[in-house]
Amino acid sequence: MLALEHGAIPWLLAVALATAGPHFAHLPWWLSLLVGSMLLWRVWLWQQGRPLPPRWALVLLVIGSIAAIAWQFRTLLGKDAGVALLVVFMALKPMEMSRRRDALVVIMLGYFLLLTHYLYSQSIPTGAWLLAAIALLTAALLRLHGGAQPVATILRHAVLLLAQALPFMLILYLLFPRVSGPLWGLPQDAYAGLSGLSEEMSPGSISRLTLSSAIAFRSRFASEPPEKSDLYWRGPVFDEYDGHSWRARPLPAGAAKQLPVVTGIDAPLAYTSILEAHNRRWLLALDIATRLPPDSMLAPTLEALAREPVRLRAQFSFASSLDYRANVIEAPAVLQQALTLPAKINPRTRALASEWASRPPEEIAAAALAMFRNEDFYYTLRPPLLGANAMDEFLFDSRRGFCEHYASAFVFLMRAAGVPARVVAGYQGGELNPVDGYLVVRQSDAHAWTEIWLSGKGWVRFDPTAAVAPSRIEQGIAAALPSSEPLPILVRLDSDWLRQLRNRWEAANNSWNRWVLGYNPQRQREVLSRLGWRDPDWRSMSASLAILCGIALLVVTLWTLPRRLAADPVQRAWQQYCAALKQRGMARAEWEGPLDFAQRVARERPDLAALTDEAARYYAELRYGRHNRQSDQLRRLQQCRHRLPPRRRRHS
Amino acid sequence: MRPITRQSPLDEILAAANQVILGKSRQTRLALCCLLAKGHLLIEDLPGVGKTTLAHTLARLLGFQFSRVQFTSDMLPADILGVSVFDREGGDFRFLPGPVFSQVLLADEINRATPKTQSALLEAMEEGQVTTEGETRPLPQPFFVIATQNPSNQIGTFPLPESQLDRFLLRIELGYPDHAAERALLESGGRREQLPTLSACLKPGDFAALQQQAAAVHASGAVLDYLQRVVEATRTDAHLVHGLSPRAALSLLAAARAWAFTDGREMVLPEDVQAVLPAVARHRLRLLSGSHAGAEDIAALIRATPLL
Repeated sequence: MLALEHGAIPWLLAVALATAGPHFAHLPWWLSLLVGSMLLWRVWLWQQGRPLPPRWALVLLVIGSIAAIAWQFRTLLGKDAGVALLVVFMALKPMEMSRRRDALVVIMLGYFLLLTHYLYSQSIPTGAWLLAAIALLTAALLRLHGGAQPVATILRHAVLLLAQALPFMLILYLLFPRVSGPLWGLPQDAYAGLSGLSEEMSPGSISRLTLSSAIAFRSRFASEPPEKSDLYWRGPVFDEYDGHSWRARPLPAGAAKQLPVVTGIDAPLAYTSILEAHNRRWLLALDIATRLPPDSMLAPTLEALAREPVRLRAQFSFASSLDYRANVIEAPAVLQQALTLPAKINPRTRALASEWASRPPEEIAAAALAMFRNEDFYYTLRPPLLGANAMDEFLFDSRRGFCEHYASAFVFLMRAAGVPARVVAGYQGGELNPVDGYLVVRQSDAHAWTEIWLSGKGWVRFDPTAAVAPSRIEQGIAAALPSSEPLPILVRLDSDWLRQLRNRWEAANNSWNRWVLGYNPQRQREVLSRLGWRDPDWRSMSASLAILCGIALLVVTLWTLPRRLAADPVQRAWQQYCAALKQRGMARAEWEGPLDFAQRVARERPDLAALTDEAARYYAELRYGRHNRQSDQLRRLQQCRHRLPPRRRRHS
Repeated sequence: MRPITRQSPLDEILAAANQVILGKSRQTRLALCCLLAKGHLLIEDLPGVGKTTLAHTLARLLGFQFSRVQFTSDMLPADILGVSVFDREGGDFRFLPGPVFSQVLLADEINRATPKTQSALLEAMEEGQVTTEGETRPLPQPFFVIATQNPSNQIGTFPLPESQLDRFLLRIELGYPDHAAERALLESGGRREQLPTLSACLKPGDFAALQQQAAAVHASGAVLDYLQRVVEATRTDAHLVHGLSPRAALSLLAAARAWAFTDGREMVLPEDVQAVLPAVARHRLRLLSGSHAGAEDIAALIRATPLL
């Protein structure tokens, strides 16, 4: 195999850095340090023209790194450990890169490593970076095969090549039959680290979530969106309290299953939500959903649930009524659960509730809300820690809390006073992005409120937070909390142009999600039918894909063929001879004249010298001589190629 | 294939010159090409690398009448062109021709002279004649100027302007000798002593015939295509202030023909264009940074222009 040109090495190191570098963001620090210093070391070796490290050292490095990765991740399989291994290989391969073959391995590894970035991020910057990295990989291939040229020329050629591939890419994108769901099964740990509401609620769990400005979902209403204070997006419902946390309790096995009964009173609002993956089943419909997307259901506790956890960003269409009656007739087991409290804790709270117990349920709720409103309760992201009698401490001593404190205290009070009540978690509010008309709901809009069951009315929403901090419900979290509270900067944008910038960026992301990431079979059908193709199936799509690509290839061929045919027989014979020589390891540079090339062959490959000299002289005479077009010489030039010795596999 | 015959007188000249100028066969050949293509030669390098010796050697080997002027800053045009003095016996003015009236004028350190003196010489180079005191006198044929100059960043020089640099067909640099050549030089003493012992390889008139043959070397359409693409590449190169002029393109072709001729060929190949391009182009091209194009710039230009 051929030796690697010295000048090609920086290209390959750049490839290694461009493909492995972005992984530094989530690799363990020691691995990033190792990979970075290996690449630097290789650069130094290249600069100084020093020999590569000996093989035994490399073997030791490989074994050591694999052992360290196995120790760090406790496995060598899975997404994180697998990517870590690939990154280490990418740093180690250049260390033994002395032949062309090694360089090709680096490039192939680079292409493979590029794909793994999509396991971590599919955002626009990632896409742009990977596109640039592909251009770099192409450029490195050009440098390997095309020899030394100015950097700008190589890069220009690479970009040009990619631009030429664009029509094919578009045809494939549009027509390649889509499958629903991911094309490959993702490793087990691929869904870890998705943020969102969790299956239980304890003090601090929602306030932690509000520290994130990440988008939970986006909704677009068919008509004008409702008031902010009406936007209660329903997530999990918690009806079991253990003195510290709230959970959803499955119905006891014997209990009669009752389907939820929901009656909308006002006209239903139609809207479509694009949900970010959160690895849970709830769909966060607006209270209360009266029409659901296919493959979903309304739980007995009234929240919309998908059949499977939402593991990919997906789009769902709903209709909801803001004024409703829900479960006016409720199963006794559910009501029983909605009255259950852990024994013996919070005596002061129970005492307060028993004072109210004789009144009608609505008055009890009003009394509790009045207490929150009139006494000095504070709404804060940083409440003090609470002990065993959490409700007592909160209601009578600290009086500082976030929505989960108020919701759980309210429900505790209600239950202690004999009113069926439960906690509902979800999101409240949202912000309209004027750029694309989507209402953006962030993790920082996470909220907890309550429901009590009133006979004849069913479950009725009460939001104790609204009593403490009305601005939270009317204007959003940023308005409700003083600026000293640690809210993410994106949520609290004061300057108009920053807000506008964020809106534009998020709208661009939304389009990217819908058109690039969310281009699923359904959307593909929509697009194709908009192009006038009714009811395409995968067979006709594959057929037209083949036909269109064939046509595109034909056009390219017809376009370039005249140029190639124009090369006269002399040119063709010489090019064929040079191609044959290239297969034997002597490539003529594009700018190299025949006699110069023959001299170089004589220096580097004496075994091919005589024949090449002869061919070069024929060619020079035929192309540049006074009496060109001598058929006798042309025939001899054409024969030179066949007189070359057969190709051997050369091992260095 | 008919064997390619070598022109023996040229080989003989080159061989003899290489005996004197050690390890610089490429520069010697370029210098000879320059004269074969009827152009003036500029040699630029540091003092003491053999510029003068090269010029002197060529003049001797070609059998030309040779004179030498050491340019200084106080030199006047008349010091080169000549002056009229009053002849007492004849009772009228008699013209005493200056050193310019010779076949090979070695203008040493031309960039030490003032622009006025430089332009007097350069006019003579361009016109092939000298006009003093209203009288025009033709210069001998052939007439070559071999000028040497120190790199103009040295103190006390007047760099030649672009328009005057263009009058020189080729500009070459000699550079330091390699190890072996320098050793040979040290062992045998300086080379100047050998100069008087050199005898001409050509008879008078032979060189003109050689020049004619060189100009008749065939340049096919294919090589002209290539040459044009090279010239166009200098005009579109983003690093250059301007490209090669049509006159420079003519010079390039003439030099390439001479180069092919010294190689014993009857046709110009792209290799010939590539071989002479640095000497033709470097002093005519200026980079955006202000300096003249370097050897690597020209090499990059060649690499970026494929043969078709």
